[in-house]
Amino acid sequence: MSTALLTDLTIFILALLVGIEVIGKVPATLHTPLMSATNAIHGIVLVGAMLIGVSAHNVVGYVLAFVASFFASANVVGGYAVTGRMLKMFRRKAPEQSAPEQNPALNGHKGLRGMLSRAGKVQP
Amino acid sequence: MSGFTGYIQLVYVLVAALFVIGLHLMNSPATARRGNQVALTGMVIAVIATLVLLIHDGTVTAAGWTVIIVGSLLGSAVGLWAARTVQMTAMPQLVSAFNSVGGGAAALVAIYGYYEAEARGAVLGTTSVFTVLDVLIGSVTFSGSIIAAGKLQGWIGGQPIIFRGSRLLNVTLAVVAIGTAAFMLTTASLPALFIVVLAALGFGVLMVLPIGGADMPVVISLLNAFTGTAVAMAGFVIGNWALIVAGALVGASGGILTKLMADAMNRSLTNIIMGGFGTGDSVVAVGGAADAHVRSIAADDAAIQLAYASKVIIVPGYGLAAAQAQHGVAELATLLEDRGIEVSYAIHPVAGRMPGHMNVLLAEANVPYPLLKEMEEINPEFGRADVALVIGANDVTNPAARRPGNEISGMPILDVDQARSIIVVKRSMGHGYAGLENELYFDPKTSMYFADAKKAMAQLTAAVKTLVA
Repeated sequence: MSTALLTDLTIFILALLVGIEVIGKVPATLHTPLMSATNAIHGIVLVGAMLIGVSAHNVVGYVLAFVASFFASANVVGGYAVTGRMLKMFRRKAPEQSAPEQNPALNGHKGLRGMLSRAGKVQP
Repeated sequence: MSGFTGYIQLVYVLVAALFVIGLHLMNSPATARRGNQVALTGMVIAVIATLVLLIHDGTVTAAGWTVIIVGSLLGSAVGLWAARTVQMTAMPQLVSAFNSVGGGAAALVAIYGYYEAEARGAVLGTTSVFTVLDVLIGSVTFSGSIIAAGKLQGWIGGQPIIFRGSRLLNVTLAVVAIGTAAFMLTTASLPALFIVVLAALGFGVLMVLPIGGADMPVVISLLNAFTGTAVAMAGFVIGNWALIVAGALVGASGGILTKLMADAMNRSLTNIIMGGFGTGDSVVAVGGAADAHVRSIAADDAAIQLAYASKVIIVPGYGLAAAQAQHGVAELATLLEDRGIEVSYAIHPVAGRMPGHMNVLLAEANVPYPLLKEMEEINPEFGRADVALVIGANDVTNPAARRPGNEISGMPILDVDQARSIIVVKRSMGHGYAGLENELYFDPKTSMYFADAKKAMAQLTAAVKTLVA
């Protein structure tokens, strides 16, 4: 077994343990954003897709590089964008006048919000 | 490792650190957005470092640059479009689709690595184990996630799909894939690579087809773990630490979520993969329930119970999301809160189609996150609740789970039956996924409000308004 492989394996195992430790502390409330954030993170495979380009000098190589870059970049960009969009919706207090996230027709209850009566109840 | 490549590797170490810090910040809704930004920063740095490496290397042809740049731009556009337009109810499909392309890209990296090594006539070293594993796991994830997304989107029936000999075929595919993969390790052979990819793709399809809709949270988590592992394997193939660390983090995350989801349903992973549950054909009558009395309630009476309560706990289930009633629920809750009633939401871990899905749906309806309570946190509070309002949740409220000898025995449930009174909003007396009669509905404290969740919320809100006006 080469030193490089041994190093790679060490890093893999340690990262796995760090992952278990870090992810275990994420509350259930955030599990969906967590999953889409980790989704975006595994988009790092884009680096691998780009590196195909180093030695790709024929059609097979180009096709594989193209499809892999396409897949991985959709993964990265979409993953971060949708995670950001979701996390923006998580608020400690209900917004009084903020713009509806998506469908104004479904958000017709803004006027009902009584911040005064809520303020006392919404504990951090 | 030459000087320049060494510096680039150092940058990748920084990237890996940023990923860990980003995920660490996800431990609270207050810092989670920053966490996402930190991880994004890491990604941007990784891409720039790789571009620098490619330019410095100088062997990338014009055609090579074109395919990489055009592919990335097109992919980014598609990803961004999907992220911007997706409905929050469709989030599980999107996550599944991202799992799919992530796993697919990882498989392609390994496929190219193998192809290129074979073309050079290079001796396959120890890394070939990882190449082969990457091809296997990446391909299974790719096709499996497509099927999962198709089921969630409704393109493929949500029911478990099992045909004659499907299990035998699945086992055969697994044996062919693994056997041929082992052969690939010793002999560089492109036909073998081709067979492995095809068999693994087929296995992915047949693995997810027999799994029912209610088990989707487990499947998505599992496929997420697979993608992470495939990416880590791709990291071994190209000797890149950022990929190895990122893949390991995602693998850990997917693994933890898989376990949490399976535990929340009290089912083993094997049981879920084997299918069967959620077929609805295994109805077991629970003793004496069939002839018990069910009390239905009118909107006015339900409104009185709600408006004069001091503590109300709302129990949302997938039925609420399916009926798009989350905004209606939030409106009713706000109305009650304005009367000084304490309102909170009891979220079962498997409420929804992916881990934490219900929280996102309610957050979208502007429900403040401190009101969203996890099962362990809310269960002791049911005893103090005047009304528990159950909307579109079934099996997770069934007290039968506390007794041995039925389909859901031992499954962790919300202690809804501890509340002083219970109002269940439901379209009919139909069964949940476990095909089991819910004993909660026959409790003398329970009233049934038969209506579609969205309509029910509008009617209850109107009734409460009339009452308090």
